[in-house]
Amino acid sequence: MDIKLQQVSYAYSKGTPFEKYALFNVDLTIPHGTYQAIIGHTGSGKSTILQHFNGLLKPSEGQVHIGERVIVAGKKAKELKPVRQKVGIVFQFPEHQLFEETVLKDIMFGPMNFGVSEQVAEARARELIKLVGLPEDILNKSPFDLSGGQMRRVAIAGVLAMDPEVIVLDEPTAGLDPRGQKEIMDMFYNLHKERGLTTILVTHSMEDAARYADQIAIMHEGRCVLNGTPHEIFSDSDTLEKYRLELPHIVRFQRKIEQLMKKPLSKICLTEEELAAEVAHALREGRDAK
Amino acid sequence: MMEKMIFGRYIPGESFVHRLDPRSKLIFVFAFILVVFLANNIVTYALLLAFTLLVILMSRIRLYFLINGLKPIIILLVFTFFIHILFTREGDILLDLGFLKVYEEGLRQGIFISVRFLVLVFMTSILTLTTSPISITDGIEVLLNPLKKIKLPVHELALMMSIALRFIPTLMDETDKIMKAQMARGSDLSAGPLKERIKAVVPLLVPLFVSAFKRAEDLATAMEVRGYRGGEGRTRYRQLKWDWRDTLCLVVFVIMTALLVFYRN
Repeated sequence: MDIKLQQVSYAYSKGTPFEKYALFNVDLTIPHGTYQAIIGHTGSGKSTILQHFNGLLKPSEGQVHIGERVIVAGKKAKELKPVRQKVGIVFQFPEHQLFEETVLKDIMFGPMNFGVSEQVAEARARELIKLVGLPEDILNKSPFDLSGGQMRRVAIAGVLAMDPEVIVLDEPTAGLDPRGQKEIMDMFYNLHKERGLTTILVTHSMEDAARYADQIAIMHEGRCVLNGTPHEIFSDSDTLEKYRLELPHIVRFQRKIEQLMKKPLSKICLTEEELAAEVAHALREGRDAK
Repeated sequence: MMEKMIFGRYIPGESFVHRLDPRSKLIFVFAFILVVFLANNIVTYALLLAFTLLVILMSRIRLYFLINGLKPIIILLVFTFFIHILFTREGDILLDLGFLKVYEEGLRQGIFISVRFLVLVFMTSILTLTTSPISITDGIEVLLNPLKKIKLPVHELALMMSIALRFIPTLMDETDKIMKAQMARGSDLSAGPLKERIKAVVPLLVPLFVSAFKRAEDLATAMEVRGYRGGEGRTRYRQLKWDWRDTLCLVVFVIMTALLVFYRN
């Protein structure tokens, strides 16, 4: 399912003295099966843009294509439910959306809203609770008795239970410990690979964007100013600096190594493994030259 | 959905009305509410209406915005107007449609009550639109200060009020967020039969209550940690200043009241 934004602008409180544009003429195409990261500073319009992906916000100008559905500015959009089933959003701090008496019921809430039978919903919940790394007996507990990290995982399971084709993540690991962060991000990445999901990650972590994304879009003051592969984006540190964004740690580390070796490596490396291999290669070349 | 509502909202500005001391504005509005009931004929109601329009003009708030924001109230107003037209049976008959008779007194009462209502709503809205919640509470606290003598916990009341006001936007944001999260999970608050819609409120209210209680607890801890011990001996960061504008405002009010008394039947 492709998602396409064409000339999308969005204004909050339109028509009042509080009117404020959060997006200006955004063009963005996310082809089916892509892992797309959207990065930018707070207030750059990241959170506004993500609510367009399932029709929670309707564009003030322009149009949004979600698979077959087109949402056009100024026209009433009816029956958005099918769209919302296909595009699951994990909001920031999703644990705030838990409300049921038991974890099981909360995970089943989403799928049952979309007309899935109780048996199927329960089967999904039992499968997903293991996937998000929690023991199965937690299903009968109240979500309010869990720790923050556990609640986060339950909430994520609740979104995955809808069986979406596109999953939108808004800072899914904010406030978790480093190990939990990595576990959750790896889980989403595996899902992305195994089920061929389209994944949209909204973040300000350059590291996550560099490690997982196929495409990175940069938002700046309500505009989508850049969109490219991680290698393209992170080789151009001047442009990044213009938008007050930093290079990922690993790229900064590479720059330091290059200074020590007094020559640039042949490409930008985005993971530790890649960098190690590249440095080893360069050293071997250097020895051969002597 | 809620963004069009202007109840209790504050629009910062630099107009004459904005710059008045909250105390004078409060005294003015409360006295105005009482004085409105003095009006009982065309001249006095016209006077009230003209005066209200003058205040709106001076506040530099767009009339269109004001009316748009008060739409739900205007519906109520039209409703009361028609109730009067339909049920008052005094004076000459102005219009006879057979099944429906409109009497002179009915029309008069309808118009008067509507104007009274309109004037009250506009005036109180202007108060909250031009005064930040924090200065309203400051004003109330100072005005109620004499009541400390009869052991009324004025400071605590004012604090409660400012906390309540402070958290309205926060809770609104929170409601919006949770609503969106549940909508993304397929819950639908705006469609379907009434029973379903009421059911759909539960997933909204439970998280909202949980977070409101959590916030309250955090706030209490934060205040205690910073050594809050109540109002005794506390100095103020925001000083209220009474100047010529405020005196002028009250003088104008007295003149208006005198005119009302003079012209009423």
